[in-house]
Amino acid sequence: MLAVSDLHVWFELPGGRELHAVRGIDFSVAAGERFGLVGESGCGKTTAILALMGLLPPNASVAGQVLLDGENVLARGEESAAPHRWREIAMVFQGAMNAFNPVRTIGDQIVEPMELHDIAEGRAALRRARELLEIVGIPGDRVSRYPHEFSGGMRQRAAIAMALACTPKVLLADEPTTALDVMVQAQILELLTSLTNDFGLALVLVTHDLPVVAQVCERAAVMYAGRVAELGSVDRLFHDPRHPYTRLLFAATPDLYGDEAVASIPGAPPRLDRALAGCPFAPRCDRAFSPCPTVTPRLLEVEPGHIAACHLNDPAVMAAS
Amino acid sequence: MTTPATANGEVIVEVENLVVRYPISRGILGALRRRPRLQVHAVEGVSFALRRGEMLALVGESGCGKTTTAQTVLRLLEPDSGVIRFHGEDISRLPSRRLRALRRRMQIIYQDPYESLDPRFRVRATVEEPLVIHGLGSKEERRTEVLRALEQAGLDPPDLFLDRYPHQLSGGQRQRVAIAASLVLHPDILVADEPVSMLDVSVRAGVLAILSDLRGRGLGILMITHDLSTAARFADRIAVMYLGRIVEEGPAHDVVHNPQHPYTRALLSVVPKRDPRQRENPQILRGETPNPVHIPRGCRFHPRCPMAIPACEETDPALRRPAAATSPEHVAACIRV
Repeated sequence: MLAVSDLHVWFELPGGRELHAVRGIDFSVAAGERFGLVGESGCGKTTAILALMGLLPPNASVAGQVLLDGENVLARGEESAAPHRWREIAMVFQGAMNAFNPVRTIGDQIVEPMELHDIAEGRAALRRARELLEIVGIPGDRVSRYPHEFSGGMRQRAAIAMALACTPKVLLADEPTTALDVMVQAQILELLTSLTNDFGLALVLVTHDLPVVAQVCERAAVMYAGRVAELGSVDRLFHDPRHPYTRLLFAATPDLYGDEAVASIPGAPPRLDRALAGCPFAPRCDRAFSPCPTVTPRLLEVEPGHIAACHLNDPAVMAAS
Repeated sequence: MTTPATANGEVIVEVENLVVRYPISRGILGALRRRPRLQVHAVEGVSFALRRGEMLALVGESGCGKTTTAQTVLRLLEPDSGVIRFHGEDISRLPSRRLRALRRRMQIIYQDPYESLDPRFRVRATVEEPLVIHGLGSKEERRTEVLRALEQAGLDPPDLFLDRYPHQLSGGQRQRVAIAASLVLHPDILVADEPVSMLDVSVRAGVLAILSDLRGRGLGILMITHDLSTAARFADRIAVMYLGRIVEEGPAHDVVHNPQHPYTRALLSVVPKRDPRQRENPQILRGETPNPVHIPRGCRFHPRCPMAIPACEETDPALRRPAAATSPEHVAACIRV
């Protein structure tokens, strides 16, 4: 459904400097699949999905390939991105639930993308808006209510309904539950799961929250400093992490029932406005050895469907050192 | 590892039957039409004790009254009724001029270290400011105090940080500076309001370890959090709040592994676990917490409770030890357990 290869994003900064935010990432998501894009702030996860939508600011440049059902969305810039946006690939932005226009009804705001993309108009569009609300678990008669009459959880549902207005095949959700209470979070995650199961929607869940991904997604990519550090099934990522960052990130996350020590990762991610030598995680890594500061690790398949960018998995490097 | 609860530590703060309500403005039209004056029942009869060398976590969803409770204990908000004792003395009616001396001994750190530090102040000035305000120590003594506090907050070596500005620090380092600024006054209790929720996952544990370490040095810590995993991992005791009440309280291990109140059980069941193989059936409560203006009669949880019986609509349950509890300190407010 969605196949991303060698995606790069640069931002031009004042003073002629350049920030290389996304440094060549690859992943693909099948219809009905739930895929997680995990990492800490600044790792490039949000930038990457904004690139898929063609919604980066003017000072950004993009390279690589984004295939949507076999068609390259990035081929001719806005010209090739616009026809797919919302119709085939849609996004729920971070904080979307707080981005509704307070003086227009929820229904009007769900109808707007349909009219803009000639999906439906007038009465038919309003009928469709009711259906969408029902799909996300809001009674259809609330279509004429205003955003302030909805609770936070309901506004988030409405934001999802709005993203679904043009029946996309791929839904990108950026931190969709971060500001929500744990019970409402569970309701929203249940909704996203049922959308993938019932409608074959492909979901890309972008979050810093490993346990959310572990519970909701089938596969995930762990990003660090603009690259994919490791990608595989969530089960393998937790039970057999092949990149120290993945292992340390899990170990830094408290678990309700876990009783092992929770330890933070010393140091901070590298700055992305300069060239990186070697493995970007090496300065914080507990397993770093001689090649790490200078040689960039290759992304290697460690088992079918499980790849990691760490010298520890590379027999050639291990033999040499 | 968390240190075992020091159940016989000296009680520093004791709260009894605390009630805090906020009036809602009914507006001119409302007043003319003589609409009843409505109130938000933020805290409705909360009691707990915090001991020396102990971390108590107040957990619950937004609007449950956990932050209001903590701010009232510090007398940043006025209680409507109830008693707050600090080292045995009732401070709930203390006039504001006498609060300053008290506040030296009760400190708070906030959620957002990006907002809580003055961007124009160097670390040295931020951490020293409380001492200056309280007129404590000579210049030299204050310097020693600042270095000691930075070191205790895990900013090591401390002189490396003295001349930095907040923008030169990471989020975790900023929160440590905020902790250091609260430590220079040698407080007896520290209220930590969602101390790590704004920080990146990889640095959270470090800040929590600092709090854990301070608890080990005899500080009483009241941590407010919505994150049950953090409470389970770092607190000695957990108090679960729902609509202005503590509905369950006990040693952290007991509350997490042997929850009694149906609300606690539901809440724990929806906390995402790290291990994808632990995808247990979440017990998702429908709807959202009712508005604290109109609190349901009887048990306030009964409209959403999977175990409710007719009696629950009549009886407002008190905290007591449930039959299945294994610790004498484990209590829940439910007539069904």
